[in-house]
Amino acid sequence: MTRVNLLLLAVLVVCALSLVTSRHQARRLFVELERAQAEARAYDTEFGQLQLEQSTWGMPARVEKIAREQLRMQLPTSARTEVVPVPGAAK
Amino acid sequence: MRAAALRRAPEPTTLPRLRAPIVFGALALLFAGLVARSVYLMWIDNEFLQTQGSARHSRDLEVPAHRGRIVDRFGEPLALSTPVKSLWAFPDKFDATPEQLAQLARILDTTPQRIAAQVDAHEDFAFVAKQIAPETSERAMALRIKGLHDQNEYRRFYPGGEVTAHIVGFTGDHDAGQEGMELAQQAWLAGTPGSRRVIINRRNEAVEDVAAIRAPQAGHDLALAIDTRLQYLAFRELRAAVETNKAKAGGLVIVDVATGEILALANWPTYNPNRRDKVARERMRNRALTDVFEPGSTLKPFTIAAALDAGKVRPNTVIQTGGGQMTIGTNTIHDAHPEGALTVEQVIQKSSNVGAAKIALGLPPETMWEMFSEVGFGTTPKTGFPGEVAGRLRPAKSWKPIEQATMAYGHGISVNLVQLARAYTMFATEGEVKPVTLLKTDGHVAGRPVIKPETALAVRHMLEMATSPGGTAPKAQVTGYRVAGKTGTAHKLEGHGYSHDKYVSSFVGFAPASQPRLIVAVMIDEPEGGQYYGGIVAAPVFSSVMGAALRALGVPTDAPVNNVILPPQGSEVPEET
Repeated sequence: MTRVNLLLLAVLVVCALSLVTSRHQARRLFVELERAQAEARAYDTEFGQLQLEQSTWGMPARVEKIAREQLRMQLPTSARTEVVPVPGAAK
Repeated sequence: MRAAALRRAPEPTTLPRLRAPIVFGALALLFAGLVARSVYLMWIDNEFLQTQGSARHSRDLEVPAHRGRIVDRFGEPLALSTPVKSLWAFPDKFDATPEQLAQLARILDTTPQRIAAQVDAHEDFAFVAKQIAPETSERAMALRIKGLHDQNEYRRFYPGGEVTAHIVGFTGDHDAGQEGMELAQQAWLAGTPGSRRVIINRRNEAVEDVAAIRAPQAGHDLALAIDTRLQYLAFRELRAAVETNKAKAGGLVIVDVATGEILALANWPTYNPNRRDKVARERMRNRALTDVFEPGSTLKPFTIAAALDAGKVRPNTVIQTGGGQMTIGTNTIHDAHPEGALTVEQVIQKSSNVGAAKIALGLPPETMWEMFSEVGFGTTPKTGFPGEVAGRLRPAKSWKPIEQATMAYGHGISVNLVQLARAYTMFATEGEVKPVTLLKTDGHVAGRPVIKPETALAVRHMLEMATSPGGTAPKAQVTGYRVAGKTGTAHKLEGHGYSHDKYVSSFVGFAPASQPRLIVAVMIDEPEGGQYYGGIVAAPVFSSVMGAALRALGVPTDAPVNNVILPPQGSEVPEET
């Protein structure tokens, strides 16, 4: 009887200790999760800002201005356009 | 004996008989008091301790959910929210050392005096800096200035600026839509922030989730039908035209024939939604949808279509236009370009008012009304845009003959530009009117058949003639593509009659004529640059926008590149209404 009791006591102690560690583990992982989520939010924000930046730099108005003024490009006139028919394509 | 003596019980000390029960009773009483108190605290008056307890170890965290983006058909952002911070203080609690103040000023790119003035300007609450970048706010908060607080906010940015302003609209306070699609799709775009309770440790980090009080609901992204490239094109050409013609305003709509999607919708004047503090409401109006005008001759094809469909005339039926004059009762209607006999085709090509009126008077008013109503005049275009108008189409019973005659060429009826573009889907398809939308749709959209396919093709041919050198709009021609369309030059209504020097010049057309892909409708309000004919003011805008749009979309050409033939200078066909 005593032996059984001692055994059960040992099991109880082990269980109690493992509860403590798993509880600790859970909290540690939770903190990590929180941190990762915060990071994800920060990246999300950054993504938005980068998107904004990209579309601001890529606005057609700006592209056209640079093409015309800095790169001295111009639209081809009809006199300088040639339409090449695709051989074998149905008309 | 000794053992017996030892074993003998000690002499009993006599105690007062009541002592034990009294001590026991007192202890029991105290114990009962404790139990009662704890019962009281645990079950009856438990609020105070519970709040105090949870205040020490749990915290309610707000879970942000931001407003959805508005994107164009290819996913290019047209409106998006990014988090920003605002710094604020209670003026009586704000206490910064001169050194801190100088540092803060450096971070915020201002002067210590200005910050001090800002804080002192208000009595109970003052913003120190509004909507600044989160990093800037972090550096400012790192100074640990007493009484300085920060709060999270979202700011909405519109990368398209003035080009897409009228369609997208903008949000006002608290991220709520106030104009345009931001308002129309508020429920879809808006996010509801959630909230949850967590247990925190002594470093203020959340260590365990207790309960989710409210789940956050992120806003949805909204994809518009707009194509940013075409939108810019439309905007650029429209602005140029309004400026050269010294016009009051203008509008331009591009509609995809297959799906009814509005690929571009430009208005002038416009505004920048990112900086709109001092913008007049006037500039914010999406005129293409919220303003009506009398369209003039752009309505003639519908009169002709009604007559053709009813079998009253054929494309080559000859109409006597009586030298460009016709009297109905006490009124006389004129042609700007007097002709003798014209075929029905030529009535459209030369835009003869008398011809259109004569054809209309051969029809019962109900037939004409039905045609106008079927193509969508008098009903809102249902694009989902807030404040779109229906225009005016009076019931056929109330029409007098003179009214029926003027309505044949677009007077006495009012429409908005989008309605006009939608109505033209009937000629661009084989007689079907398509619903138009500002939202992206996938695939082919079925239309509602209104006229016979033969009628649609016949009118399409007449519209193509109108852009040829003998027509009113040779300037609408596009290199490499066959185009079809109709001009309009309408006198504006002023008070009780028509103004004699204020016009609305318009052009509605589609291309390639062999298999139409796009409809472009242009409207220039009150051109004052000396020219006012639709064929001279609006048709060139159509030509440049249509040409560039077809090339941008890679639509195969259906004409040789030397197809554009302009009539000699001064021999253009003028038209009025």
